[in-house]
Amino acid sequence: MMLKKVSAKTKVKIEVEEVSEERYMLRLIITGISPNSVRAVVNAKAICEKYLLGRYELEIIDIYQQPSLALAEQIIAIPVLIKKLPLPEERVIGDLSDTVMVLDGLNLV
Amino acid sequence: MAKVIQTKKNDLKFPKSLTGIQGLDVITEGGLPMNRPTLLLGNTGCGKTIMAMEFLVNGIVLFDEPAVFFSFEEDIAELELNVKSLGFDLDRHITNKKLYLEHIPITRSKISDTGNYDIEGLFIRLGEAIKNVKAKRVVLDSLDNLFYRFDYKVLRSEFKRLLTWLKAINVTAIITGEIGNTLTSRDGIEEYVADCVIVLDNRVVNQITTRRLRVIKYRGSVHGNNEYPFTIDANGIIVLPFIEGAVQQKSSSKRIPSGIPDLDEMLDKKGFFLGSSVLVSGTAGTGKTSIAATFSYSVCKNKHCCLYCAFEEAPNQIVRNMRSIGISLDSFIKSGLLQFYYARPTLQNLELHLIAIKEMINELKPSVVILDPITNLMTEGPNSDIRSMLTRFVDFLKLHQITVMFTAAITVGSIERNPSDEGISSMVDTWMMVQDIEVDAKRTRSLCIMKSRGMNHSNEVRRFNISKTGIHLLPIVIDDKAPQSETKRAAKEHLNLSTSKESIGIK
Repeated sequence: MMLKKVSAKTKVKIEVEEVSEERYMLRLIITGISPNSVRAVVNAKAICEKYLLGRYELEIIDIYQQPSLALAEQIIAIPVLIKKLPLPEERVIGDLSDTVMVLDGLNLV
Repeated sequence: MAKVIQTKKNDLKFPKSLTGIQGLDVITEGGLPMNRPTLLLGNTGCGKTIMAMEFLVNGIVLFDEPAVFFSFEEDIAELELNVKSLGFDLDRHITNKKLYLEHIPITRSKISDTGNYDIEGLFIRLGEAIKNVKAKRVVLDSLDNLFYRFDYKVLRSEFKRLLTWLKAINVTAIITGEIGNTLTSRDGIEEYVADCVIVLDNRVVNQITTRRLRVIKYRGSVHGNNEYPFTIDANGIIVLPFIEGAVQQKSSSKRIPSGIPDLDEMLDKKGFFLGSSVLVSGTAGTGKTSIAATFSYSVCKNKHCCLYCAFEEAPNQIVRNMRSIGISLDSFIKSGLLQFYYARPTLQNLELHLIAIKEMINELKPSVVILDPITNLMTEGPNSDIRSMLTRFVDFLKLHQITVMFTAAITVGSIERNPSDEGISSMVDTWMMVQDIEVDAKRTRSLCIMKSRGMNHSNEVRRFNISKTGIHLLPIVIDDKAPQSETKRAAKEHLNLSTSKESIGIK
């Protein structure tokens, strides 16, 4: 119910396609191939496959390649996983090894 | 061989970055360590942000060093507004690409952390910003917000990494932080890794607040160790190092008349020495202000500028009162020869008053300064402080060949107990005492010169007469013909004698 209000303005398409099952847009920001980043990528993929199978998009960005994004996204801590959709935007930091914290932090369950 | 090394060592100058902040460069002997990080610690409201900002703006304006300011607290609009009162036009520097401001908002209380992380994002943003304006100076304000947001353990190691990184990219940085219970920053680690640590403090003593600054650590350099008071006003920050003191004073043999011909006569027939210090002390209502005002009148009449610092009466009240003794100061106020500094002593600390007065002196270049009464200022703080401050102030005046007159109000009883007026009489050159004495059963004002360095002054106690025609000093005449008078005096002497005997235990 809440979603309808928000999505009326923003992403109508998604709402129409997935009425019951919300679609997730996630963005993982990492720094090259640092150990934390590598772990974060592995963990992010695993979590998405397990809990959001078929209804997610995971975008992985190496901040070294797009440094201006650090300001645009107000990033300090890295790795950071940002849930862009559904709103509200949520983010968790760290290498995502604590699955419970990830699910809790992003409101996935 | 050893000799060569030694001379080389002496020639080596620790590279420093001038702050352009008055006094701070004196204390640090040339500024902050160049291309190294400095920690600026202090409680809320100490002036950390302003000091850091002044460091940057001075860098841009005076030394053409572009700067980056990262704020974790105030947003950019707030920041710009806050420093505008100090005359910093940040907008202009930003458009000229000399300054880059970035606000890092602390949004939520804490973001859940799901494992290991670092704050590389901050490094990237900082790196981008520095590249953007080719910054040589960087400020991070303040550290605590960062610590508040992230895990302390991570931040500790990341902070070390940040300092190393700042050194590596050759920027002179200031990082501000709150102060902990002891003289360390709240998180306890930073000062060990920083090259220079400056602590700001905002202390209330006798209900008057004074900001103070102290350099607690400076790797590779000597620095002033004391606490130095500082002020923040429209011209920015002024730290008072007072290291410059103890300069060779010029001692003039020229004289300046006191404005009271009879007093000049007592002072070797010439008056005070130019650039000397004069103290007039006396109980309430003995005419100290009248002497001071007469002096200022005479100075102005000789076409010299006089700065009258009034701490008790308002200027117009002084002017009105002096009219009654035939001294009209109005015209000199109009012509600007007579300037007043009027402030309640409790408005601020003595040193801040002295800064304000110093600024006026630098502007007006008066030949005479009057502080009336100095004792009102002396209630605000411990005696030793005041004494040393006044000594420095007198030094400053002497250096500029300015004659200074203090008046000091003393209570009746204290003349016997402590005639030296909290010890300032020993530092002045000429000391006059005005008091009420009893002559022939009449209260009579009297004036005597307690000391006057370098001149053959009179030892007489004169009758000090204030009338419509001004101040006159007359000899005290005891009317011997009056028969009761003699007996009365004898009786009084007897009384005095017996009381003094009692007090020392002779029966």
